[in-house]
Amino acid sequence: MTKFLTSSLGKKTVMALSGLFLCLFLLEHLYTNVHLFFGDGGKEFNEASHSMVHSILIRIIEVVLFLAIVVHVAQALLLTKENSDARPVKYAVDGTSKTSDWFSRNMLLTGSIIFFFIVVHLYNFFVPYRVTGHVVGPEEAMATGGETLAMEVAEALSNPIYAIIYLISVLLLAFHLNHGFQSAFQTLGINNQKYSKVWKMASVGFAVLIGVGFGAFPIFFQLAKYIGFDALNWNM
Amino acid sequence: MEHKGMNLTLKVWRQQNANDKGKFVTYNVKDVSPDMSFLEMFDVLNEQLINTGDEPIAFDHDCREGICGMCSMYINGRAHGPMKGTTTCQLHMRSFKDGDTITVEPWRAKAFPVIKDLVVDRTSFDKIIASGGFVSVNTGNAQDANALPIPKDDADASFEAAACIGCGACVASCKNSSAMLFVSAKVSQFALLPQGQAERTDRVLNMVKTMDEAGFGNCTNTGSCEVECPKEISLANIARMNREYLMATLKK
Ligand code: HEM
Ligand code: SF4
Ligand code: FES
Repeated sequence: MTKFLTSSLGKKTVMALSGLFLCLFLLEHLYTNVHLFFGDGGKEFNEASHSMVHSILIRIIEVVLFLAIVVHVAQALLLTKENSDARPVKYAVDGTSKTSDWFSRNMLLTGSIIFFFIVVHLYNFFVPYRVTGHVVGPEEAMATGGETLAMEVAEALSNPIYAIIYLISVLLLAFHLNHGFQSAFQTLGINNQKYSKVWKMASVGFAVLIGVGFGAFPIFFQLAKYIGFDALNWNM
Repeated sequence: MEHKGMNLTLKVWRQQNANDKGKFVTYNVKDVSPDMSFLEMFDVLNEQLINTGDEPIAFDHDCREGICGMCSMYINGRAHGPMKGTTTCQLHMRSFKDGDTITVEPWRAKAFPVIKDLVVDRTSFDKIIASGGFVSVNTGNAQDANALPIPKDDADASFEAAACIGCGACVASCKNSSAMLFVSAKVSQFALLPQGQAERTDRVLNMVKTMDEAGFGNCTNTGSCEVECPKEISLANIARMNREYLMATLKK
């Protein structure tokens, strides 16, 4: 097993599995976030988030999720370093731009910006909700008038600077996935000449879903601010 | 038919030996026929150098018909030059224009150290092949060719993989200097055939191990190798190798 994990193909397999796990998480995250559009004062969104925190299964998955990020990033750094070392003298004229896609060659760059965003994102939402307790669950908020997660999100996304950082990160994430999603199936060997077109199309589809899906939130809250409707309560 | 000869400026990597630092040297070649191959153009340049008492440029070549894989040259940022599915010996000067400046470099990879000028040491490929081991066959009279039924698709896929000439363009063109297209072709050609089954598990494990030890990089599926491979070996082989490796790991 250690032989496998330290081999080139083993490291790539770990990269692909951790990446795909993160993809699953993105879907789940998007599903929860969609509740923010309901205009019900954030009620459904708060409840969905709250019930997740209290599900033992989700708590376990959460640990796996943090591990997946750490493993994905650590392997990314290791693989990229090894790949750069494999060519000690670089070419004077480098034609790789004519034979491959820019995003496929710069996964560490897009990944690093995504990582930076994940840290900011956790600091903004995970830490106050789960660590400091500055943000509270729906019942407690009802009782004490404390701030809910939905309110915290609305506040953050109404900030134009945060909204722009969010949009850029989501866009880069979409491009990371456009290459990464289909690439993971190639890495896992679930590919051949026929499938590869299917995976590539699925990859574009997934990237658009994630890009447009998550991109919609900052746009929605910014629009609300400039048009002047209450993004959280429009349905009330 | 009248051909106007081209005048070209060549920037060629010169390096005395493995320990020399090396540098680009600029040469002018006049009246190059568009019908010449790139290697013939180099022959003309070397004649020129010999006549002026300079040392000719060392470069690898053998068959000059696109089947041996020796003619490694990285031309204007492209392995074997700009054309698809061609080796340097099959690249014609009509692919260039009068007045062009052409930069020619050796393959660059830790696992392919420069021996001299444009010649690199591709022993690491031989080591990978050797580590793949033998294919068990019955001795005695040659078997009737039709005695072993092989599905047509498998035979075709194996044949396509076996077309790999071990040139190293995949490594040279890969941003990671990964040898996975080459190794996957060598794994696939046997994995697909009944004759290759006895050593199937060990073969892929050993070949990947030797590949890693040689210092090639890790594939990130950018696809440059497939674009640059003179034999148009498919990326599907890499997926097959990954699959073979996973299965072999589970078995062993
Ligand atoms: C939600 C976050 C992320 C998701 C869903 C994701 C997903 C993926 C997927 C599916 C792959 C393809 C794996 C393969 O080719 O087999 C991949 C590759 C890669 N990711 Fe991520 N990733 C994320 C975050 C990051 C971060 C934070 C970094 C780095 C700091 C990163 C760096 C990379 C690199 C360098 C590769 C290419 C590795 C290779 O092909 O060898 N990713 N990612
Ligand atoms: S896979 Fe193609 S590019 Fe690589 S060594 Fe074989 S023939 Fe050359
Ligand atoms: S010299 Fe043999 S392939 Fe070019």
